[in-house]
Amino acid sequence: MSQNLVTVAYVAASALFILSLGGLSHQETARRGNYYGIAGMAIAFLATALSAQVTGYLTLSAMIVPGIMIGGIVASRVAMTSMPELVAILHSFVGLAAVLVGIANYLQPEPTLLGVEETIHKIEIYIGVFIGAVTFTGSIIAFGKLRAILGSKPLMLPARHLLNLGMLAAVIGLGFPFMSAEGAGGLTPLLVAAAIAAVLGLHLVLAIGGADMPVVISMLNSYSGWAAAAAGFMLSNDLLIITGALVGSSGAILSYIMCKAMNRSFFSVILGGFGARASGATKGSATAVPGGKATSIDVEETVELLEQANSVIIVPGYGMAVAQAQHAVSDITQRLRQQGKQVRFGIHPVAGRLPGHMNVLLAEANVPYDIVLEMDEINEDFPETDVVLVIGANDTVNPSALEDPASPIAGMPVLEVWKARQVVVMKRSLSSGYAGVDNPLFYKENAQMLFGDAKANVNAVLGQLSKTGKAQPQALAAV
Amino acid sequence: MTIAIGKEIQSAERQETIAKKIAVPKEISSGEARVAVTPTTVKKLKKLGFDVIIQAGAGAAASFSDDDYRQAGCEVTADIRWLWANADIVLKVRPPEHHPELNTHEAELLQEGTTLISFLWPAQNSDLVEQLAVRKATALAMDSVPRITRAQKMDALSSMANIAGYRAVIEAANHFDRFFTGQITAAGKVPPCKVLVIGAGVAGLSAIGTARGLGAVVRAFDTRPAVKEQVQSLGAEFLELAFEEDGSGTGGYAKVMSKEFIEAEMALFAQQAEEVDIIITTALIPGKKAPLLITQPMVESMKSGSVVVDMAAEQGGNCEVTHPGEIYQYQGVTIIGLTDLPSRMASQSSQLYSINLYHLLNDMGGSEHYRVDFEDEVVRGALVTHAGEITWPAPRPAAPAPAAAPPTAVATTDVETAKPAPQRSLAWLWPTLAGLALLGIGLGAPSSFLSHFTVFVLACFVGWQIIWNVAPALHTPLMSVTNAISGIIIIGGMLQISGEISSPTALLGAIAILVGTINITGGFLVTQRMLKMFRK
Repeated sequence: MSQNLVTVAYVAASALFILSLGGLSHQETARRGNYYGIAGMAIAFLATALSAQVTGYLTLSAMIVPGIMIGGIVASRVAMTSMPELVAILHSFVGLAAVLVGIANYLQPEPTLLGVEETIHKIEIYIGVFIGAVTFTGSIIAFGKLRAILGSKPLMLPARHLLNLGMLAAVIGLGFPFMSAEGAGGLTPLLVAAAIAAVLGLHLVLAIGGADMPVVISMLNSYSGWAAAAAGFMLSNDLLIITGALVGSSGAILSYIMCKAMNRSFFSVILGGFGARASGATKGSATAVPGGKATSIDVEETVELLEQANSVIIVPGYGMAVAQAQHAVSDITQRLRQQGKQVRFGIHPVAGRLPGHMNVLLAEANVPYDIVLEMDEINEDFPETDVVLVIGANDTVNPSALEDPASPIAGMPVLEVWKARQVVVMKRSLSSGYAGVDNPLFYKENAQMLFGDAKANVNAVLGQLSKTGKAQPQALAAV
Repeated sequence: MTIAIGKEIQSAERQETIAKKIAVPKEISSGEARVAVTPTTVKKLKKLGFDVIIQAGAGAAASFSDDDYRQAGCEVTADIRWLWANADIVLKVRPPEHHPELNTHEAELLQEGTTLISFLWPAQNSDLVEQLAVRKATALAMDSVPRITRAQKMDALSSMANIAGYRAVIEAANHFDRFFTGQITAAGKVPPCKVLVIGAGVAGLSAIGTARGLGAVVRAFDTRPAVKEQVQSLGAEFLELAFEEDGSGTGGYAKVMSKEFIEAEMALFAQQAEEVDIIITTALIPGKKAPLLITQPMVESMKSGSVVVDMAAEQGGNCEVTHPGEIYQYQGVTIIGLTDLPSRMASQSSQLYSINLYHLLNDMGGSEHYRVDFEDEVVRGALVTHAGEITWPAPRPAAPAPAAAPPTAVATTDVETAKPAPQRSLAWLWPTLAGLALLGIGLGAPSSFLSHFTVFVLACFVGWQIIWNVAPALHTPLMSVTNAISGIIIIGGMLQISGEISSPTALLGAIAILVGTINITGGFLVTQRMLKMFRK
């Protein structure tokens, strides 16, 4: 295939990628968007494979086939609740690939490049490897935290900002011997820089708490895009540049949206500033919280409340994902809707560990997406709501975000569940959430706690509802 | 500061697990149909560990049969003396009074150390309070439960007022011989009934809601401006005086107003009396005679067939011509001075009252940890006598309840106004930096780089524009798609594997292809799976 044809194919692939991202912005066009993405990828792959530069078909197929198989198996087996982990680990693959491509590229000197062009080429390699390495280890740590292999508490080293700056300075410093080295002689500084970058990625993500994972994931997504773009520069490949830039900027915006949803600055999240503020402020807010008493409620009473209610809003959080209670929640929803009640879901933008995490889980459990509403859409409806069922959410329903200016989450928009007539909070204990902030909601007059495992409780509620659900048609028949 | 009751210590020594006995006698006050505990509440009390004994026929007037109580796990007895003698806690509605059948005062039936919980009105019944103190009984007055947020679920006055407000409208409707709602029928147009509610406390608000529900045009007046919003939220018009004075007193009640205010108020009522069809008055000032609001001339100025419901009849009445406890016609206007409105809905009011009692007993520790805690603001407020001493009145709460709300609003506005400031200072910084960077690149970089750079910057903007419109529900699929797309990096690997297979470049490229492919396939497939699940 001639170079011109390859270029044209790349243009088509770029257009398809843009259409793919565009399509994914709405429910109706989302699936088409995914097909566009697949088509774009296929075109790009075939064009590259058929181009004059690629001849190692044996190696290529030896890598592609197992790659497709592994990817396919993982994707079809993964549970929806572990989606965040999968995305995190896939990010690390992109990071690893970027590092490998960068180093490989360096080992294959292009004699045609001279002077400034050679310098720029080296800078591109260096940056590509750096970003790739940070993405690689950062994603692995994110994966570990989401998998609960690592603790979700942020790691707070005493001088962590200085440490980060020091590592960054070391990487920049190593750039000079790398740039001045002849031929492949700069390999040692490059590898050392990659190693330092890897430690930096590790440390950066370790310092971020579990609740901030949505931001971290989308930030890593952005990094993986920039790594691809850097690879495009070093290979003079426009397709890589375009795709990398698309992914990089989309990830950056997603992170920005997440941060806005938590009312925090992007830098305070990536630098792990949250933990520091929280530990200082918890003491303050602990005294501020009036020593109220939380009322507990049992399953029967919860069912009673639900049956008397006309409008119900369910607010799920990470706890629902952990307990895998989404199917039972969906069944409850169906049952209540059959009884003619209005049931809706209120989703906080950062509920869960991945942007849109709750939506995916609820969709998996067959909850129609038009009753799943965003925070802004549903917040004003709480005062007219009879019962709010909070399932495993904590910080996203914490009134101190609005009421206590000293609270570490002050100013973060939250779901104002306490304005409803009754709130039932399903939770293991009265302990605080990831932000480490006490939740005055539990002590509110209209709030009742249903303690215990979310799944067990949701199933119990469902069981009780079933009885009455069956009783009703009989009564109707009798009439 | 907890003082254990003598009997409590004894029983605790005897057997720790023994359940406390709750006795519920039949109300003896004439015309009182309520009962302190309903069968539903018996079950709840048993969950707290209490045993419940009830006098035979106690719930009959409120439509709860003895069998209902037995089924709920309650012991039913006809022996009144035995009932009182065996109780640890006696629950009643009305204050104790002379028992006609036993010819003795109910207070005399109380054993030393027994707890009595009922309405007591200690301010009006000082003799009774002394009698209870002499009996060394622990008495808690449901009417003295402080009106603080935490105690709302024990606030029997509010529960009763709510029912009374509802019933007041129903009674008015019963004696009003026209529709409440306006109608246009084939037989002509019916104007809607106009209702004036004076005093927008719990009873007033309940009356407003009920009258609105029946379709009437409702106006309401209250001396406390704070309730304006509540009145309007129920769909009524809030009448205002061109006069500045806040009538909010302690504990959510109104206070006595100045002379000028009252004159302005009376002028308003006189004007309204000529217009409206029904007046419902609910104005009470704690510990004082109810204020006179509707004078005889005002009643005379009302249209014939109008109705006045005076819910303050028991405390002397808001209307000059009210006869407490009676319904009669005064020059064509029906004056309703009923004092037993809650009792007229005995089943409902018993249920609510008994839940208030349940919450109080729950607050006091249930059966096992039952104690009279002087530190507990609610218990202390309601406690009238304890261990032979009169403990009423408790120190009053300092500020009126609505004062708690404003700081919230202030705090949120602070946050909102503080935010834009740093953004503004950065607004000029970024364009400047970007401009300088572009200048630097333009001066230093070769043309081959610049063409790539152009592509890069434009692609960034395209991505930026597209992603802003993404629905938040699609964030996860979007992320996995972009993740798959970023696997495009395998192209970099593909360009490197074509040399010697054993060369490090080819080897590294090959590994890059492998992991990149996993990423691409995994990302696309998982997105596909997710998107399939989204359905309407």
